[in-house]
Amino acid sequence: MTRYAPGGPFDAEKAIPQEIKVKLESHFGLDRPLFDQYLLYLKNLLRGDLGPSFKYSGWEVSELIATAFPVSLTLGVLSLGIALFIGIPAGIMAALRKNTWLDYLPMSLSMAGICLPTFVLGPLLIYIFSTQLGLFPPLGWYGPSDWFLPSFTLGLFYAAYVARLTRAGMLETLQQDYVRTARAKGATPWRVVTRHALRGGLLPVVTYLGPAFAGLVSGSFVIESIFFIPGLGKFFVTAAFNRDYTMVLGTVLFYASLIILLNLLVDLLQAWIDPKARQTR
Amino acid sequence: MHSNSSSNKQTHLVGLIGLLCLAWLLQGCSQPSNVETALDKGILHFGLGAEPQHLDPHLATSVAAHNILSALLEGLVSEHPKTLKPVPGVAHRWEQSKDGKTYIFYLRKDAHWSNGDPLTAHDFVYSFRRILNPNLGAQYASMLHPLKNARLYHEGKKTWEEAKVGAVATDDYILEITLEHSIPYFLELLNHYSWFPVHRPTLEKFEAFEKMGTPWTKPGNFVGNGPFRLINHQINSVISVGKNEHYWDASSVQLKGIRFYPIEAVDTEERAYRAGFLHLTQSVSADRIDFLKEKYPKELHFEPYLGTYFYRFNLKSPPFDDLRVRQAFSLAINRQRLVDKVLKGGQSPANTFTPPGTGGFYPKPQFLYDPQKAKQLLDSYLSEKGLERLPPVELTYNTSEGHKKVAEALHGMWKEALGVEIRLLNMEWKVFLSTVSKGEFSLARAGWIGDYVDPHTFLHMWRSGEGLNMTGWANAPYDQALKLGETSNSEKERWENFQKCEDLLAMEFPVLPLYFYVHLTLRHPTVRGWHPTLLDHHPYKHVYLSKEESP
Repeated sequence: MTRYAPGGPFDAEKAIPQEIKVKLESHFGLDRPLFDQYLLYLKNLLRGDLGPSFKYSGWEVSELIATAFPVSLTLGVLSLGIALFIGIPAGIMAALRKNTWLDYLPMSLSMAGICLPTFVLGPLLIYIFSTQLGLFPPLGWYGPSDWFLPSFTLGLFYAAYVARLTRAGMLETLQQDYVRTARAKGATPWRVVTRHALRGGLLPVVTYLGPAFAGLVSGSFVIESIFFIPGLGKFFVTAAFNRDYTMVLGTVLFYASLIILLNLLVDLLQAWIDPKARQTR
Repeated sequence: MHSNSSSNKQTHLVGLIGLLCLAWLLQGCSQPSNVETALDKGILHFGLGAEPQHLDPHLATSVAAHNILSALLEGLVSEHPKTLKPVPGVAHRWEQSKDGKTYIFYLRKDAHWSNGDPLTAHDFVYSFRRILNPNLGAQYASMLHPLKNARLYHEGKKTWEEAKVGAVATDDYILEITLEHSIPYFLELLNHYSWFPVHRPTLEKFEAFEKMGTPWTKPGNFVGNGPFRLINHQINSVISVGKNEHYWDASSVQLKGIRFYPIEAVDTEERAYRAGFLHLTQSVSADRIDFLKEKYPKELHFEPYLGTYFYRFNLKSPPFDDLRVRQAFSLAINRQRLVDKVLKGGQSPANTFTPPGTGGFYPKPQFLYDPQKAKQLLDSYLSEKGLERLPPVELTYNTSEGHKKVAEALHGMWKEALGVEIRLLNMEWKVFLSTVSKGEFSLARAGWIGDYVDPHTFLHMWRSGEGLNMTGWANAPYDQALKLGETSNSEKERWENFQKCEDLLAMEFPVLPLYFYVHLTLRHPTVRGWHPTLLDHHPYKHVYLSKEESP
């Protein structure tokens, strides 16, 4: 499909002489029939070879993904950690103290969190913590101190969703018979929540985790661009603009595999948490 | 009791996390900014703008690549930090024959590669042979076409030996260069990276002589001859270079290293500068000029930049196949208003195609504003064609806020003066390039940055059949004047002929010059030895960091 987009990887403002374009195309095998190119690509793929990048001369696509993925993974895991760490307690508190200020405050904040785009929050955090207070580097990904601001920006956004989902899930489970039974048997509120209600209440969050984690790990182009992070998101987005055919295919294949894997993991996790899901199988 | 112990646990947990966060914060605290540590470490932090596609000088095509390659490699001559005039580089002196066609370069014997190998005249011959090799497919190979018979070899008509290309090492340290014809700006040309030498053993090791995309340009493999050597390259993150102790003039190099950050987002780059992460930004967003002028009056620099922003007409289809329409469109533009009210970034209106002062050439301003005459010309065209009004004209540009602003402003001017409807058509960059090169446009946005400081770098674009022309305009007197301007040894004769070219452009209007670029940048006062130059070249060996305030 990428081949049908007008323009090619070698189009530049200084027009290239035709004979050089032909040389370039033959170097990358673009002069062969499309079907042959496809077969060749599949053959190389079996050997784990995603081909050379058109845009980053001298680098293999697999090599670039291998350097960018750990960055995106670190950012994704940290953001998810922050999202769960803030979102779940906030959601539980809101559910337990329904219709009090402990419910309204976190829920309005989470609404604001969902509405506030990362490209607003990110520069705001940089301004406060970096430009003004000088606590963290404003951008880059060179050491652990660089991790804080981007993970926090991305984490807060997801925390907002997690909080709302936790609240909804908890409200539902708190009304279940088994929770009432536990209460009747004299379990303390803390024990009721942690031992009885939480497992059921977190189901919506777990379902959401799969796609959310895939989204986080696949890199957020916006966050990467605000914080100048060498993650996968940038490759994914710019490959299409650069007509970097091998990079487009490589990143799409990589994400697709990642999402399938994560969805499988989420299904397994759900089965482990929720006995009902096991029975229906 | 149960409840109490749980809440105790909770408190402990919160406390622990609080402590961790605090530790993290303190760790952050202990790190001073790049700019603060730079004076001690001698490291320049440089906003590069974009990741270069190639670090191979024979394949590179971008400003970003130039900024790195000029640290890693050095040509036969180098540049004066203020005027960019040729000064000795690998060659410590040179002689020019009377007819201007032959140069003899005497290479210094203390010039070495970064691995300690001696650098000889044979390395230059090998390099010229490589970039001109038809199998390499180098985009800038035509920069070497002034070499005698280079074209024959480059087009694959003869081998290097058969063609007898005009680059011969008569001795290990003497290089004789013969040109097709005399070129007054030849020494300036040598500072383009396409003329830089490459290290033969390294290229042979990676079989890179006629193959692109080999890993010879990666850190650890790259062997250069410039004041710095490549230390680290992380794609989309940083390119670090450190001082090259084998450089012949290492004692004059004051910086210990440079870090190049390919930050593409202009706003991110500005934030990086303001937080002390960068010494220099590659650009500044036009929308931020007012704010930065107020906040950083001494650090915001408006520097001249050898470039023209213009539109191309398509002469192959109506209405721009008629001279009167093209002329009317040009006369209806108030360029002064465009730069004063719309661009507001210190640009100057383009009343010529070549920026005035390029290499000492001052063309006569001819693209002027005269809305009455514009209207008359268009009316004469309309009545001849029996039209009541001009059908809407499409204006094609690549998607960008800046280009849109200009296009909208011009739309307003044309509507006001000529009553013409313009359809603005923005396209993604690659689609745009392909559309324009296929000639599927009526009016298209363009820009050109000079490769060397001579009017020829601008005027050669409009030669008949030239790949950059793309307007369908062909004019024999223009080609002739250009040729004379290119080859004559007398400055007077050259300027006369270039003026003739400018006159023809202003008579035939294949192109609509709009404004001349400026280079807008934020630069920290501790950066010294950095002078505004027309090509935005800054030979790094003259750059240093110093606490004293810039004069």
